[in-house]
Amino acid sequence: MTLYRACRVETLAIAWLDDFTVVYHRPSGITHLLTAPAPEILAALGEAGMTLPDLHARLAASFELGDADGGGLPARIAELVAAGLVEPV
Amino acid sequence: MRHAFSVRIGPVGFRVGSDWRAPIAQLADLYAGYPAPQDGVPDFTVRLFAARPWRRVVRPSVMIGGDYVLPEAAPLPLAQGLLAAEMGMNLQMALGQRRYLLLHASAVERDGRALLMTGQSGAGKSTLAALLSRRGWRLMGDEFALLDPATGLVHAFPRLVSLKNQAIGVVERAAPEARFGPLLAGTPKGDIRHLVPDAAAVAAMDRPARPALLLFPSFGFDPAERVVPPSEAFVRLTQASTNYVALGERGFDALTGLVQAIPARAIDYPDTDSAIAQVEAAWAAS
Repeated sequence: MTLYRACRVETLAIAWLDDFTVVYHRPSGITHLLTAPAPEILAALGEAGMTLPDLHARLAASFELGDADGGGLPARIAELVAAGLVEPV
Repeated sequence: MRHAFSVRIGPVGFRVGSDWRAPIAQLADLYAGYPAPQDGVPDFTVRLFAARPWRRVVRPSVMIGGDYVLPEAAPLPLAQGLLAAEMGMNLQMALGQRRYLLLHASAVERDGRALLMTGQSGAGKSTLAALLSRRGWRLMGDEFALLDPATGLVHAFPRLVSLKNQAIGVVERAAPEARFGPLLAGTPKGDIRHLVPDAAAVAAMDRPARPALLLFPSFGFDPAERVVPPSEAFVRLTQASTNYVALGERGFDALTGLVQAIPARAIDYPDTDSAIAQVEAAWAAS
């Protein structure tokens, strides 16, 4: 099963602006505006990484995510992978 | 080139070369009170040239060149040569400026604190800056505010104030004693007339100011005002900056720092009297 991990924290500059987390990704030079649950996903994954079901279990305690297959989590992970902020291992 | 003029506007030096005398003579007249570039070395060069040698004299049309160019830019008639020069200078700033984060905003200063006004073309940022400069504010610039990532201070860039269409009459009536350039009718942006910044603005242009308030004015609506949250201000300013991406993390730090440090408000206004009152009220509350 695919393991997902967040990009290394030293590759990011982060600012918190009201409801948004603004992330500057140093390798790409791209600025991302993140809202919940994206920052929470990055924090939960960490650099060690985890599988989607494990991530879902971790986040489900705090968020309404739906079930792991049909809910929004796979889509959110796909967005973060496309942004370069999460990588599949 | 046959004719040339050099000038320093705020921290930026320009050299404008031209195939024709007239635009250079107008620049020299309107920028008469400005200094030359630091150490005589310009940061940017603009060239006004004829597409073909005979176009210097036959239906003369002005191509805009320089260190940075837009390949698809259409030439302007010679009667609009002054506009071509100003567009060329703006273009160098927009595409080439790397030291400062460039915000497409007007800026005025009072008591060492800067008010920044940004918005789309027609929002009234040039008009409001021009009017405020007649009411005890120091004009820092009507087009670009230069945010220094190292200090968080805004540097002045008081080029000629570009007034368009109805704004021309508004400012002419409000400042009959001011100096204006020629009326440039029928340009791609409508009628344009340049206002010469007053002597105090030029004399103080090397004095930066600490940003204190960010306004997003909109002309043509009933009076209204709302707080703009930092995240929205951040997004709108990245769109209003021509070099945010080019500056990389310096731009990110400068802009997130700015929107966290100062309040931002959107003001809708039906006429300039109302706008001035709303701006002063917002300033007093900041």
